[in-house]
Amino acid sequence: MSHLVLTARLDVQESVRARWFLVYALIFGGIVAAFFAFGVTESRVLGFMGLSRLLVTYIQLVMAIMPIFILLTTVRSVAGDREAGVFEYLLSLPVGLGSWYWGRIFGRFLVVFLPVFLAMLGAAGWAVYREIEVPWKMFGVYTGLMAAMSWCFLGLGMWISTLARSTDVAQGAAFMMWLVFLLFLDLILLGVLIQGRVPANAVIAIALVNPLQVFRTGALMLFDPQLVVFGPAAYVIHDYFGGPNFIVYAMAYPTLVGTLAAGLGYLTFRRGDLV
Amino acid sequence: MIRLSRLTKSFKRLRAVDALDLGIEKGERIALVGSNGAGKTTMIRCILGEYTFEGDVAVGGKHPRRARSEVLGRIGFVPQLPPPLKMPVSELLRFSAAVSGRKVSDISEIATRLGLDVTTFARQPFFKLSGGQKQKLLISIALGRNAEVLIMDEPAANLDPEARHAFFTLLAERVTTATMLISSHRLDEVAALVNRVIEMDRGKIVLDDKVTDSPLTGLLACTVTLRRPDLAIGKALTEWKFTPSADGLVWTGSVAGADRLRFTGLLSRYVGLLTRVALDEKHSGAGNGVAEGAAP
Repeated sequence: MSHLVLTARLDVQESVRARWFLVYALIFGGIVAAFFAFGVTESRVLGFMGLSRLLVTYIQLVMAIMPIFILLTTVRSVAGDREAGVFEYLLSLPVGLGSWYWGRIFGRFLVVFLPVFLAMLGAAGWAVYREIEVPWKMFGVYTGLMAAMSWCFLGLGMWISTLARSTDVAQGAAFMMWLVFLLFLDLILLGVLIQGRVPANAVIAIALVNPLQVFRTGALMLFDPQLVVFGPAAYVIHDYFGGPNFIVYAMAYPTLVGTLAAGLGYLTFRRGDLV
Repeated sequence: MIRLSRLTKSFKRLRAVDALDLGIEKGERIALVGSNGAGKTTMIRCILGEYTFEGDVAVGGKHPRRARSEVLGRIGFVPQLPPPLKMPVSELLRFSAAVSGRKVSDISEIATRLGLDVTTFARQPFFKLSGGQKQKLLISIALGRNAEVLIMDEPAANLDPEARHAFFTLLAERVTTATMLISSHRLDEVAALVNRVIEMDRGKIVLDDKVTDSPLTGLLACTVTLRRPDLAIGKALTEWKFTPSADGLVWTGSVAGADRLRFTGLLSRYVGLLTRVALDEKHSGAGNGVAEGAAP
């Protein structure tokens, strides 16, 4: 078995045993269970009902919880392992640095993405059982968006972990990064636009660069294709991209950001002190 | 086997290792001694390729950073502080064996010889083992990989006397095939294991000397006679698996040949209580003399 697969498997097994994973899995599983229990599928909002209504609500919560959870748990476990001497020992074994680093990322991707996906899949399964119509296209697009978002923040988390020399610094940096992304979400951007202090193009460019906003816009687009809630900014997105193209962008861009961040992290990791 | 040329490692303003030149040949067993902050661990981490450094390091002619897998494939490492791994023992064994291209049984056989039955602890998380069990397992992984270079940081510190004897015997089997670098704060802990002593201070080598080879294998039959029964020495001797006579005055047991310095160091703390000490090499088959002393 290749060293990459061995390391990925090791990371999956280590994560599954960790307490944070239990909390993480319970949160997403619990959200879906709570939605069913409180009759979200029976309620109607903006014309959405049934599983569509559940998925729309679910993805809004995923956007709020998943990025910070991935960032904090990634930097905590990677920087924590380094501080505790786990790296000193495991990196004295003849495993290549590339296999070690990418193996950890791939293993962790499975660990952070699967609970979110399985909770959604469980909802779809329950809907099929209860003979509620499942919007499979929406399900597929949401899966793609969530996978891209998981990869993006995982890559960013790994990059921060390689730069920071202590868990405290890594956690602080991860939290700051999340706050910056939150700061430039649509409501604040709209406020800036209204004030007119910054050129409209710059505001829209920021919105398109912020992976959290890209994810949010992509998710909104599925139940509000004309992006009415965005006001005039929606014209820019439709003029530049067109609806379907933006969905592709919403998956490709965070994936690219995550890959670049993970790649930069690998360069930092390989060139610096490992422990 | 190992060559360090002008090896320098700095952390901001602190120069932890300062232009070290060192050559270690195959079959050498080196005690790397020095106080905290002397640069021992930093030097070891440079050899393992875990630190970037100035100067040059070559293990078997290869650079530990550029030919990492190749170099580390030849090195077995035992850290001073066992890592707090949450994985079960079986998983650690599987991972270590797989990345080293060995079988798990190669490692578990060594563990058995050290007195650790890994099947009993297979499902237990590594960090929940006792200090001695962790040490035995890490030694087993290092030795089970059949490495050409053994780098060990205080390897026998947490071992009981029986395990120490088994450990010395295992090292003795590798005397001709492996190079050993054993780091310790105290020379008496490792003196009997080595044939060369290197002392470091503030990142530099301040002493580099050959020492007489002493046998790593064999047991010494030992009898300690006390002036009067005493709880403290009784407890110490019990830890060495000695048994007392009915009146608590005569204690008999065995001491590993390589442990004689450490054992006599222990006795020296109670010298006022001793009337007679006998260390009989005949028992080990390694010699034919009787080392005996009677206190005045």
